[in-house]
Amino acid sequence: MPGTTDLTKLTAAETAARIASGEVTAVQVTEAHLDRIAAVDEKVHAFLHVDREGALAQARAVDDKRARGEKLGPLAGVPLALKDIFTTKGVPTTVGSKILEGWIPPYDATLTQRLKAADVVILGKTNMDEFAMGSSTENSAYGPTGNPWDLTRIPGGSGGGSSAALASYQAPLAIGTDTGGSIRQPAAVTGTVGVKPTYGAVSRYGMVAFSSSLDQGGPCARTVLDAALLHEAIAGHDPLDSTSIDAPVPSVVAAAREGDVAGLRIGVVKEFSGEGYQAGVMQRFNESVELLRELGAEVVEVSCPSFDRALAAYYLIAPSECSSNLARFDAMRYGLRVGDDGTRSAEDVTALTREAGFGDEVKRRIMLGTYALSSGYYDAYYGSAQKVRTLIARDFERAFASVDVLISPTTPTTAFPIGERADDPLAMYLADLCTIPSNLAGNAAMSLPCGLAPEDGLPVGLQIIAPAMADDRLYRVGAAVEAAFVDRWGHHLLEEAPAL
Amino acid sequence: MPGITREEVAHLARLSRLELKDEELDHFAEQLDVIIGAVARVSDVASEDVPPTSHPLPLTNVMRPDEVRPSLTPQEALSGAPAQEQQRFKVPQILGEE
Repeated sequence: MPGTTDLTKLTAAETAARIASGEVTAVQVTEAHLDRIAAVDEKVHAFLHVDREGALAQARAVDDKRARGEKLGPLAGVPLALKDIFTTKGVPTTVGSKILEGWIPPYDATLTQRLKAADVVILGKTNMDEFAMGSSTENSAYGPTGNPWDLTRIPGGSGGGSSAALASYQAPLAIGTDTGGSIRQPAAVTGTVGVKPTYGAVSRYGMVAFSSSLDQGGPCARTVLDAALLHEAIAGHDPLDSTSIDAPVPSVVAAAREGDVAGLRIGVVKEFSGEGYQAGVMQRFNESVELLRELGAEVVEVSCPSFDRALAAYYLIAPSECSSNLARFDAMRYGLRVGDDGTRSAEDVTALTREAGFGDEVKRRIMLGTYALSSGYYDAYYGSAQKVRTLIARDFERAFASVDVLISPTTPTTAFPIGERADDPLAMYLADLCTIPSNLAGNAAMSLPCGLAPEDGLPVGLQIIAPAMADDRLYRVGAAVEAAFVDRWGHHLLEEAPAL
Repeated sequence: MPGITREEVAHLARLSRLELKDEELDHFAEQLDVIIGAVARVSDVASEDVPPTSHPLPLTNVMRPDEVRPSLTPQEALSGAPAQEQQRFKVPQILGEE
């Protein structure tokens, strides 16, 4: 909202412009957000840790730079909420788990370093499902986060702290990680924007590993342009991550500024509809299709027949990789240690510590992965899941041979009530039905708001999927859709959220 | 494909270094059985002629020059250790008495 006096209501782009022009200082912006956190986060519980002193020091450094006449970057002085999965030197990092309670990392993740290099002000660390395993943030060992649209409902997961921080104006920017939808699904259910970049676009160094062939960090924001600005700040090759892509980052900011779909071919994924999809979600999705046609895009239906095996393949591949990755939590080098009374063996101490330090969902997935990888079951489970992964990649290849981007609802339903699916893992997994194929194939995808479901008044997300390394297409299409909706509604969707 | 028994969950827990309680074994056996039943449907489309994909990027052996670079100090590396002694991680007994 240009012209507003409430600094927490500004977009990141507006905030940076006001700081650069000297209209406000970075310290004023940071203090406004710290005040907002103090006022509302008791209700929302988006943050696990607020780094008040660190944030103010970063803000002062930005103001000093400006006073010295140094050129400021496009996000200098803009506050950000960082998912508690990225290491932060000297600032606690828990991954939402008791097993890392109180751990102070001795180093910064590459992403953390890049944010600091861009003069982004890190306000604190956000709540998440333990080890990013979940779709509701209820699996956090530190209690759930509320959805700012309705505090009795989930803000999505695993990055529910980040999405809730954005939707409650505690930060204009946030960072998420997306292994099966953990950026896009929280964005969808909170009326915000979230992007899973192409796999390998954002460094995983210092990002606590869950499923290494799927995990991808990415930007969360309230507008498409803000997400693009953050995307460019964090993406790029990192020699410390051997799976990092050594190629130029697509020009996502330029694409977000252009925002045009005229002449584009857009595919609607036929398999993402039908049973299990809420009527209001499909209504808003179908309106988005009509909108894209009005804006000059050609919209066609495409079929991706292997997508109906994606969820099953994901819940074999991700647990398999997690059972291996989480073996590092052995109570020897960092984190919790339980039962070391001088009589027990290291192995017993490890088993007691992991029993006490991991929550149910993490235990389930470690055991599921151990099962899928075990001799005698490997071919039937993990081996077959890897073949499904090939079939899904082929479906995408075929689709992208005839269309520029694919679209679908981001999630089958709007935000569900806290507790509703907590004891039913399979029902919880369904929240990621539409987002998982992109993780398995490693391509790029975005969720942005496309309205409120008429039956419950809660946000609905539109998912856009682009081929790997064509992330700019997400922003080109997303910006056009966003502008058309804002024009139609007369405001951003989030302005309809109830005051906290 | 076969279902999963309580004994199998106990075995998996042991392999996974999880000292599960008795009531957890019952709970997880029930849940894992349902989940495994649901994910087993990957096998009906995984025919012989489909090659597996383990990773979205076709990368092999990403190398870098073997050079000495700044890294964590011993103090920093040990800063999160549950126990330490003489600049080393101190761990419970690993080998048996005999």
